[in-house]
Amino acid sequence: MKGHIHSLQSFGTVDGPGVRYVVFLQGCPMRCLYCHNPDTWAIGAGEEMEASYIIEQYVRNEGFYTNGGLTVTGGEPLLQIDFVLELFTLAKERNIHTCIDTSGITYKPENKEYNAKLDKLLDLTDLVMLDIKHIDPEKHKALTGQPNDGILAFANLLSDKNIDIWIRHVVVPGYTDDDKYLEELGYFIGGLKSLKALDVLPYHNMAIPKYENLGIDYVLKDVPPLDKSEAIEKKKVILEGIKRRHAELGL
Amino acid sequence: MRPEWNGFVGGKWENEINVRDFIQKNYTPYDGDESFLAGPTQNTKDLWAQVMDLTKKEREAGGVLDMDTKVVSTITSHGPGYLDKNKETIVGFQTDKPFKRSMQPYGGIRMAEKACADNGYTVDPEISEFFTIHRKTHNAGCFDAYNPEMRACRSSHVITGLPDAYGRGRIIGDYRRIALYGIDRLIEDKEAQKESTGRVMTDDVIRLREELSEQMVALKMMKEMAASYGCDISKPATNVQEAIQATYFGYLSAVKEQNGAAMSLGRTSTFIDCYAERDLKNGTFTEEQIQEFIDHFIMKLRCVKFARTPEYNQIFAGDPVWVTESIGGVGVDGRHMVTKMSFRYLHTLENLGAAPEPNLTVLWSARLPLAFKKYCAKISISTSSIQYENDDLMRVTHGDDYGIACCVSSMVIGKQMQFFGARANLAKCMLYALNGGVDEVTKKQVGPKYRPVVGDVLDYDDVMSKFTDMMEWLADVYVNTLNIIHYMHDKYCYERAQMALHDRDVLRYFATGIAGLSVVTDSLCAIKYATVKPIRDEDGIIVDFETTGEFPKYGNDDDRADVIAHDLVETFMKMIRRHHTYRNSFPTMSVLTITSNVTYGKATGNTPDGRKKGQPFAPGANPMHGRDTHGAVASLSSVSKLPFEFAQDGISNTFTIIPDALGKDDKVFAGDIELDLNK
Repeated sequence: MKGHIHSLQSFGTVDGPGVRYVVFLQGCPMRCLYCHNPDTWAIGAGEEMEASYIIEQYVRNEGFYTNGGLTVTGGEPLLQIDFVLELFTLAKERNIHTCIDTSGITYKPENKEYNAKLDKLLDLTDLVMLDIKHIDPEKHKALTGQPNDGILAFANLLSDKNIDIWIRHVVVPGYTDDDKYLEELGYFIGGLKSLKALDVLPYHNMAIPKYENLGIDYVLKDVPPLDKSEAIEKKKVILEGIKRRHAELGL
Repeated sequence: MRPEWNGFVGGKWENEINVRDFIQKNYTPYDGDESFLAGPTQNTKDLWAQVMDLTKKEREAGGVLDMDTKVVSTITSHGPGYLDKNKETIVGFQTDKPFKRSMQPYGGIRMAEKACADNGYTVDPEISEFFTIHRKTHNAGCFDAYNPEMRACRSSHVITGLPDAYGRGRIIGDYRRIALYGIDRLIEDKEAQKESTGRVMTDDVIRLREELSEQMVALKMMKEMAASYGCDISKPATNVQEAIQATYFGYLSAVKEQNGAAMSLGRTSTFIDCYAERDLKNGTFTEEQIQEFIDHFIMKLRCVKFARTPEYNQIFAGDPVWVTESIGGVGVDGRHMVTKMSFRYLHTLENLGAAPEPNLTVLWSARLPLAFKKYCAKISISTSSIQYENDDLMRVTHGDDYGIACCVSSMVIGKQMQFFGARANLAKCMLYALNGGVDEVTKKQVGPKYRPVVGDVLDYDDVMSKFTDMMEWLADVYVNTLNIIHYMHDKYCYERAQMALHDRDVLRYFATGIAGLSVVTDSLCAIKYATVKPIRDEDGIIVDFETTGEFPKYGNDDDRADVIAHDLVETFMKMIRRHHTYRNSFPTMSVLTITSNVTYGKATGNTPDGRKKGQPFAPGANPMHGRDTHGAVASLSSVSKLPFEFAQDGISNTFTIIPDALGKDDKVFAGDIELDLNK
């Protein structure tokens, strides 16, 4: 089947382990204030491509991806779960390492039909990179326009299924840099059994030209980019939370 | 066995000049990491501070600190020079003092004069007179033999960068031979070679006998030069310090006599390591001492300088020496050839700091030991000073004792050499095809007066047919121009020092090259897949194009474009092969204008791909800037489709990426982003 594709990147190095072929899927329900890909928001736009075509492109250069694999990102890739399911089915026929870079926003514990597909998909998934924008429900809503209960439930689902998780968190000055919440975030992810990595990213504003081109107001225009060293400090705070949870769990 | 060789495993190498055999029998592969390495000694730091100080003074003086204007450089022309005699463990400069550039007029007296004049010096008039009236130079010889067509091609830049006024370089002596055998043994061998030539005095035999004599003179001069530094290289080296010193004296002899376009070192590290291992075992030297020798050796290589003109520096983007040293690789028996010395060479980038010279080149294989790969990555990240080349690809044709001359030209050390031949400008050639041989910039008839294209829209088949004919012409005039150049270089500027360190019968590569591959490919794609209307000036010459519609572009892993690039390389190489090449040399081709792409672009008019007159070409086999839109792998994949068998002198792709796009800091290689809870 065809998916709505924003773009393909043949040399991804920050979207999972190794060198990766990265598929940017079009469409996202979140409106994160600091989103650096606003051009991927519109649902149903982008170029339509067959899953098999993407696998062909991958296979042409698979020598480059020996220690890497295939990553779907976006946009929100799980908006097009049927497409990703077909893509990963084809990928697994070739033993390709698969990774989903997601916000987890599409997960609703009560949606049985969707979750049946998700079960199948996660069986074909080696790694999920889950971007938790904020641990506090209210602040999450303010930052992204969406609640975070489904996202946190999704994290627990991955943990229950024992699928490797890399947590990503962007530190935005004035929005997501409060130590209280960072520690709380750490406490939450400390409970995830299959947590493998924590990637704390400093906020940058390099997307401003994209917003200008698209004629979208950039709310954070007065927020300065964060220095990398500060992100490292914030990572320590999250790690404290993880340690607290681990201590409680006797890990 | 000779006493100097005690402790080595014997073999064929004892009875014949065979450095490879010695290495294979005696080297110790090293799988460990860099933890054994030693930092710089105080002497090393002091000497390097001196070099840095001289470098600063040289820069302040406008690029040249001192030039010799009176003494023609030979192996023995200058007395010994030092930085600080008491601190140097490896000695030798090109002239009697560091940073003083030697005068080398055999390539061309005018070039030597200009190099001096442009830097504020004047060549002794007696020297000028001598090389103008009494002794012909390589440059004068070329112009005596050129025909008008060759001159026209040269000045229109459809062929550019020809080594007809400067040293061709690209010949690597097997400098290791001096260390392993000593000069006396090498002279004996050359005597035997001279004795072994044919007895019928044909041109070839006469030339060979004369050259062998020249080589023996060079060997004797090397011994004399070494003696002036208090070193005896008549016999084999007895320890690692002597081995490095002897190897360096060989290289030094070459750069005293040849101001070549690339004066590369070869593949010395694993050879030297055999001595280091023996000395460590015997307690002769410590690790710190051995590293000091290497640091001082590399320091000397960093101080090699030539007198060059601003024009030369423009073609080559600076005045590179291309002291390329090839490191690592895998042997034909399957053992990797990484030794502790491979680490020590790279470690100089830490001990002395980053530097472009010597051009440390790792012969990369998937089968190199992981610890070495990690160390390479680490040094690359911290210094950006390592070049990598694909050993798995080159080993197939060259075995395990080849080295790289310049940036990518591979040759078996001591057994093969190259006639460097610059490049033909394929983009200009395509424009000649459209205009019936008229130059689009000068409007002169340079190429043959073939029929130009007519009509308002360019037709792919018509253009291809005319372009093929024009390439046929270009290949002919190009190869024949090079035949003259190499004949004259051998005659008037023979590389006796380097060739003395070769076998009698060497394989000579006749290197050609092309520039503008991606410009031509995209232009042909535009003609084939979009609509290209030629715009003619008042003389009816096509000077611009109006291109409408989309067309595939080279650099996106799109076979429609990549096949055209592939076929261009194959077609032109096959045309080159149809011609006679000087001294029965083996024709090869390269796609590697790493710096001169700017100069070539300057001389070339508008092209149908949308490139404007004067705009640079992409370097080497690179896609045109900004046209590869599918990421690095797709871009590299297009380049990798070019057939190495038709571009054996090398295909280069200059690839730049911001460090952050390569992954997360320096942890990429270390594994996943770790969840280190103990910190």
